[in-house]
Amino acid sequence: MSIPAGWEAVIGLEVHCQLLTKTKIFSGASTTYGAAPNTQADGVTLGLPGVLPVLNREAVTYAVKFGLSVDAKIAETCVFARKHYFYPDLPKGYQISQYELPIVEHGHLDIEVDGVAKRIGITRAHLEEDAGKSLHEAFPGFTGIDLNRAGTPLIEIVSEPDIRNSAEAVAYLKKLHQLVVALGVCDGNMQEGSFRCDANVSVRRGPDAPFGTRTETKNINSFRYVQQAIDYEIERQIEVIEAGGKIHQETRLFNPDTGETRAMRSKENANDYRYFPDPDLLPVVVTEADKERIRASMPELPTAKKARFESQYGLSPYDANLLTSETALADYYETVVKLSGAEAKSCANWVTGDLLASLNKSGKAIEDSPISATQLAGLVARIADKTISGKIAKDVFEAMLAGEGDADSIIKAKGLVQITDEGAIAAAIAAIIAANPQQVADYRGGKDKLFGFFVGQAMKATQGKANPDALNRLLKEMLAG
Amino acid sequence: MSLTPEQVQQVAHLARLELQPDKVSAYAQQLSNILAMVDQLTAAKTEGVTPMAHPLGLTQRLRPDVVTETNRRETYQAHAPAVEDGLFLVPKVIE
Amino acid sequence: MHTLSLKELSAGLAAKKFSSRELTQHYLARIAERDGALNSFVTVTPEIALAQADAADARLAQGDGAPLTGIPLAQKDIFCTEGVRTACGSKMLDKFISPYDATIVRKLHAEAGMVMLGKLNMDEFAMGSSNETSWYGPVKNPWDLGRVPGGSSGGSVACVAAGLAPIATATDTGGSIRQPAAFTNLTGIKPTYGRVSRFGMIAFASSLDQAGVVARSTEDAALVLQAMSGFDPLDSTSIERPVDDLVAGLGASIKGLKIGLPKEYFAEGMSPGVRACVEAAIAQFKALGAEVREISLPNAPLSVPTYYVVAPAEASSNLARFDGVRYGHRSAEARTLEELYKKSRGEGFGAEVQRRIMIGTYVLSHGYYDAYYLQAQKVRKLIYEDFKRAYETVDVILAPTTTDVAFKFGDKSDDPVAMYLNDIYTIAANLAGIPAMSLPCGFSEGLPVGFQLMGNYFDEGRLLQVAHQYQLATDFHRATPKGF
Repeated sequence: MSIPAGWEAVIGLEVHCQLLTKTKIFSGASTTYGAAPNTQADGVTLGLPGVLPVLNREAVTYAVKFGLSVDAKIAETCVFARKHYFYPDLPKGYQISQYELPIVEHGHLDIEVDGVAKRIGITRAHLEEDAGKSLHEAFPGFTGIDLNRAGTPLIEIVSEPDIRNSAEAVAYLKKLHQLVVALGVCDGNMQEGSFRCDANVSVRRGPDAPFGTRTETKNINSFRYVQQAIDYEIERQIEVIEAGGKIHQETRLFNPDTGETRAMRSKENANDYRYFPDPDLLPVVVTEADKERIRASMPELPTAKKARFESQYGLSPYDANLLTSETALADYYETVVKLSGAEAKSCANWVTGDLLASLNKSGKAIEDSPISATQLAGLVARIADKTISGKIAKDVFEAMLAGEGDADSIIKAKGLVQITDEGAIAAAIAAIIAANPQQVADYRGGKDKLFGFFVGQAMKATQGKANPDALNRLLKEMLAG
Repeated sequence: MSLTPEQVQQVAHLARLELQPDKVSAYAQQLSNILAMVDQLTAAKTEGVTPMAHPLGLTQRLRPDVVTETNRRETYQAHAPAVEDGLFLVPKVIE
Repeated sequence: MHTLSLKELSAGLAAKKFSSRELTQHYLARIAERDGALNSFVTVTPEIALAQADAADARLAQGDGAPLTGIPLAQKDIFCTEGVRTACGSKMLDKFISPYDATIVRKLHAEAGMVMLGKLNMDEFAMGSSNETSWYGPVKNPWDLGRVPGGSSGGSVACVAAGLAPIATATDTGGSIRQPAAFTNLTGIKPTYGRVSRFGMIAFASSLDQAGVVARSTEDAALVLQAMSGFDPLDSTSIERPVDDLVAGLGASIKGLKIGLPKEYFAEGMSPGVRACVEAAIAQFKALGAEVREISLPNAPLSVPTYYVVAPAEASSNLARFDGVRYGHRSAEARTLEELYKKSRGEGFGAEVQRRIMIGTYVLSHGYYDAYYLQAQKVRKLIYEDFKRAYETVDVILAPTTTDVAFKFGDKSDDPVAMYLNDIYTIAANLAGIPAMSLPCGFSEGLPVGFQLMGNYFDEGRLLQVAHQYQLATDFHRATPKGF
């Protein structure tokens, strides 16, 4: 969507990212997704009288990893605070979060939209506990509460209001998603709610005008919905203002069926959260040594990996970007390069070309590829050592895809080994010259274009198995007479 | 600082307490008296003093990420006010 | 049997003069006969008690008993006890059967082998100084049934003072162990914050709450406090530090001990009867060879206002979980979610709890936080620094526990501020987090008077030693109320 002339949108995103810990942030209850209702709600999760929170070490480690990955400042001391509101999926009447002293502050993420780079500031990322789930449809007249999710560790990542349109928002979100998955701190599953986005949107009359009143659209759980919700909200706000109306600061809900947002009824719009430091938890200290230990345990991040792919493998920025978009894909590629011993660029062509195309067609993820990296390396190696030609390789690839085995056994079974015996090729050429006197005469008379005809005939005669270089050379020599 | 009955009602709403209407003005008087006593604090000289949230200057201990809890839903829900199919029930919430 | 000390009970059990079952039956019978007049128990648990007594007898027979094995104890109803109603003095939890044990319950019963007689009455959610706020009705003071036993641990002191239990647990957020101990001629100790686990103790004000005991002597208190104390990984505020042997050091002389008398505590407000008793106690310490000197705790007068910001703020938050959704009282009248909250909480909480929730909500609310909560946290720091400075020159601090003897029912229940000023001498120790105790030092108008000893951080051992030496030289703590 293009924003009407004279208007500018100002967008900030809050991303709730569930951390991939085995247990909850403040208790030893499991965080496995999809368990029967309330079977993972222990005493601490239920907020029983007298229970107390104890902080999960891994949650802190993951938050620090994230902070380091966006060049943020990791607070030496951070503090948990209670955020109060009454809602049935919030068992204690308060959420344990961080307020004045979050664990991560002042980071940034670089995005690219249509070839234009932009830096989006990350104001802060704080640790907090997730709420449970309210099921409104299960029982007539009642809402059912499942607290399995309550207490799952989250980092809430708050961006600066640096985003100006839905395309930038989606680029930022995708980059963030790629990052937290690559770090191994989040599974990134948006459908299951592991990675959720709230969009703060306002509009103003140009970049110098003061910020307008913003609305917050909650819990948008796909990239496409984020784009739709933001576009809808921009359009709606401009319409309201142009009609002489005012935007109310409010919480809104996105409806995926209509692509529209609407104001939520249940949230109070004048919330008074009464934050104060949680007296059950002490200040959390992250030392320089902790940070260095955590930094050393971090995997290579997508941005660094992309740069390395360009320099180490001589890939184009496009290929490098594509291959580093997922850790599993990058690992797949690097395995192919390593095992095949082939040229890195041709490995990239096979992975980004035939392989990804076939995966796309079957809707499979790289992890579920029917051709393993080892198998693809086997195929690329046979091209490199000239056992088969590139053309034959396409057929072998199809056979591998159909589950007929690895490259060597297919090549053997189908007799696809390339003919490199120059004597055999020369014999085939001699037969063609003998069978086509007219064409030979015309060629020798200057009709160079006929060379293609002879290549075709020779390939046909050798069932495509003749080594293309040898064939070309011998054909030229023999046709020259 | 004194509280009016209206302010008492606002605070009660924030704390989700239904007050008996005939008790509101008594509450307003009592809460105002308490706040008047508490107002002695304003005279204390506290420039440059770090607020003290905990009696001991300790830091948070961290727990290993190991599952220690088992499913005890039946016990936990045995005395719950309203439960069905393992879910706690509340009057329908409209979002 | 009910006049014996814990040491004597332990010796009696070891020598098989009586079994734990006999001892337990004796106390259960006394409770049945006499508690009607006091209302100190809200739940008596004879079946659990006898089962635990039999288990204790078996342990003792096998020779693997601990010093407290087989000795009965009553639990303040603020501690969660698995399978037993844990109501915390509130209608809100009248039907709450705890699904788990508090750490101290596990330590005292499962580990030390003590026998639980039942759960004790208390001010609702420990908010009160007279036990008049309990949903289960007031507890009476065995020294004068027309007077309050103090609060919030009113049930704890009444039952021990009346010999219905040899010892009881209690909790102290602003004086709830020491003030009732003073009103009933008992010895009560609140250790250093973090010394005893808070896991399973229903929170009132998390940064102030601390569990302890009320007992008939310092020696009894030391034995049980020893068994309750220690690091608990389930409580983030628990101290990871070994507990001293609290009993072994009791016998050491206090010659040369430096006792500080904070002038602010002796300035005014004490009744002449209380003053006379406390001054006699000071004289006794001098006679025992202690050096007594005046000190100053200049911010002590701000303790009460500081406390009445910090405690209600934390309470308003801690009590938000009582919403009628997962456990506890749910209003039968609620048709909407908002009604569910408001009516359940409006019906489930009594007036004093509601007042404190509202004060706490107000001081944390937008626009008031800095002026009230933050300012109180700063003054709290000043109070803490006063104590730190004082302990550079003295070993313990001696002060009155209360301004006067136990008051009559209804005397202060209509005036919250007058009630709050009851805790004027006790609150500072909670704000600083230091250990403190109250012990008997005489009588005024026939009613018990107590005095307070406050120690440095982790110095429970020394406090108990000082108290024990005083009790070796005096007999006040041996007096028991007529008729019990």
